[in-house]
Amino acid sequence: MKHLLATDGLDPAFATAVLDTADELKHTLLGREVRKLPTLRGRTVVTLFYENSTRTRVSFEIAGKWMSADVINVSASSSSVNKGESLRDTALTLSAAGADCVIVRHPASGAAQRLSGWLAETGTVVINAGDGTHEHPTQALLDAATLRERLGSIEGRRVAIVGDVLHSRVARSNIHLLAALGAEVVLVAPPTLLPAGVEGLPVTVSHELDAELPALDAIMMLRVQAERMTGGFFPSAREYSISYGLSEARQKLLPEHAVVLHPGPMLRGMEIASAVADSPASAITEQVRNGVHVRMAVLYHLLAGEGES
Amino acid sequence: MSDQVLIKGARLYGEGDPVDVLVADGVITRIGEGDVAEDAVVLEAAGKVLLPGFVDLHTHLREPGREDTETIASGSAAAALGGYTAVFAMANTDPVADNSVVVDHVWRRGREVGLVDVHPVGAVTVGLKGEKLAELGTMAKSAAGVRIFSDDGACVADPLLMRRALEYSTALDVVIAQHAEEPRLTIGAQAHEGARSARLGYPGWPASAEESIVARDCLLAEYAKARLHVCHVSTAGTADILRWAKARGTRVSAEVTPHHLLLTDERLSTYDPVNKVNPPLRTEADTEVLRQALAEGVIDCVATDHAPHAPQDKDCEWTAARPGMLGLQTALSIVTETMVRTGLLDWRGVARIMSERPAEIAGLPDHGRPLIEGEPANLALVDPDAEWTVRGRELASIAANTPYEGMRLPGVVSATLLRGRITSRKGKIE
Repeated sequence: MKHLLATDGLDPAFATAVLDTADELKHTLLGREVRKLPTLRGRTVVTLFYENSTRTRVSFEIAGKWMSADVINVSASSSSVNKGESLRDTALTLSAAGADCVIVRHPASGAAQRLSGWLAETGTVVINAGDGTHEHPTQALLDAATLRERLGSIEGRRVAIVGDVLHSRVARSNIHLLAALGAEVVLVAPPTLLPAGVEGLPVTVSHELDAELPALDAIMMLRVQAERMTGGFFPSAREYSISYGLSEARQKLLPEHAVVLHPGPMLRGMEIASAVADSPASAITEQVRNGVHVRMAVLYHLLAGEGES
Repeated sequence: MSDQVLIKGARLYGEGDPVDVLVADGVITRIGEGDVAEDAVVLEAAGKVLLPGFVDLHTHLREPGREDTETIASGSAAAALGGYTAVFAMANTDPVADNSVVVDHVWRRGREVGLVDVHPVGAVTVGLKGEKLAELGTMAKSAAGVRIFSDDGACVADPLLMRRALEYSTALDVVIAQHAEEPRLTIGAQAHEGARSARLGYPGWPASAEESIVARDCLLAEYAKARLHVCHVSTAGTADILRWAKARGTRVSAEVTPHHLLLTDERLSTYDPVNKVNPPLRTEADTEVLRQALAEGVIDCVATDHAPHAPQDKDCEWTAARPGMLGLQTALSIVTETMVRTGLLDWRGVARIMSERPAEIAGLPDHGRPLIEGEPANLALVDPDAEWTVRGRELASIAANTPYEGMRLPGVVSATLLRGRITSRKGKIE
């Protein structure tokens, strides 16, 4: 049984196969009026989200539907852990009801891995759509797809991840996937927004964004969540923006070919200037577009299996 | 009918030649050969080690409140099977043991069950809320005669309240046992903060959150000339602070749990909450330092922090799970594995950390006594060479949350005697 739980330890060959398939799907569907493939007809995919999400849930839903799977969305409240049904029972219920695949987002790190354990006997595939502050592997795959498209290759490229790495599952997934695909990753953040023990990750660390910019092939800006601004992680939004925001002036320090990424939702004017987000260097809407193809590819590789089409 | 028990051919503290130990009327009446009543119960003890019965300063027996996970009866059975003759039941029950009614109930239930002396720990503050001192004096003078007070599970974080508790305790000659965790440094914390939590995305529980409280409390205890006991030491840094404080003459004692001697945050990768515990499992380097500190006496004793939990509170996602693990029946084995087999302690040393020091800290007059004629027969007979495989369902606790499931461990408790009466024998309650 194959699940997609994390990019940490993911076989780079599998990742590359997903990226290749996503690429093929994108070209196959390009310009088509009816963007639907019959590949997963008769398969049932459930999105089980314990956190609010628009882009990820919609992206998975569209991906499933374009593959002709039946997609069912379940929104659950995690606030009633003690009153409501347990995660385990919910997972077993969905599986027993016929889910071939459960795509789960949950505020607890490791929730997707726990789910895969509970469903080990059932044959239901688990895809992690974000677990706590652990990982969000399909985001990293779509970022890789976007970088590969823009830069031609990932190996040897230098990518900065800027901002709240401590709380970011996007950052963790990107760190491992980019490292596995041969990129150099540099984290740029105030020390308060880096995890203690960061030296165990395959990255270098910097607190000087300006010093890093000229050598970058890509820069990935992380969203600064409102609760971090009031949580004492840095003195003020203004100071954060001055030190770590990607302003127009700062963008000029990037090489011309460098790509600007953001997993969204963006805080324009905070971590990224509006003009930068809308500049030709920005690949932010492509990330969203590629997200659908990457998730189609993930569903294909996990559900259709080799040799089927 | 006599009530004699003959322990035949045991080595006291694992030293010297095997001897016969005769027990009657609750005391050791003879060490060596001599007449034995015909109806005396004989415990064949060839190859076994006789130790004073173990004393656990830190258990959670869950009664009253969570009798679905443990009762004083089931917890007492686990204790007797683990070689214990006295255990201290923490105050975080429901209702909280912050008054003489609850502590007396726990005390009386323990007496009724009769397998182990159950001593209630009283809460330091009302409702464990850390706001107002509980009636320490009333609990100390109740039938239960409470000698240890702790808000365990929560830290008495307010420095002024902790100072007052320590000062007040000196008039009662009792110990304040602190769960050292600065709550502002552990908001949302789930696992040891370090390379593994960084990788796995667990909100971190930094070592400094423990160490800063231990350092503060040592200074407060020294100033108040009070007795402080540090619960479940988990970090190398805490061991350093204890060494420093003891050298200054501070009246501080400390315990370490078996799981902090053996297990590390390497276990985090499964996200299985059977490994969730507070304080969290630390690093290999910490376990090394803790073992050394225990061997040297910087850490005084081993205490289990036995914490039964229902399956639904463990078979869930990590953050929803309750912290804690079973410990009473596996403690001796973990100590054998980490301290004896490594050469850090001999069996005389095991007697010190499992029985003598905890009995002294708690002020128990009849536990942790020397193995000589005339002393109370609170004894644990240990087979040091036997091994066993841990199965949670087979343990006496109602809950089954052992982190050692399926592990083969050395050191088996062959029998336990409480005041001369056999409470467990060959893994069965008598």
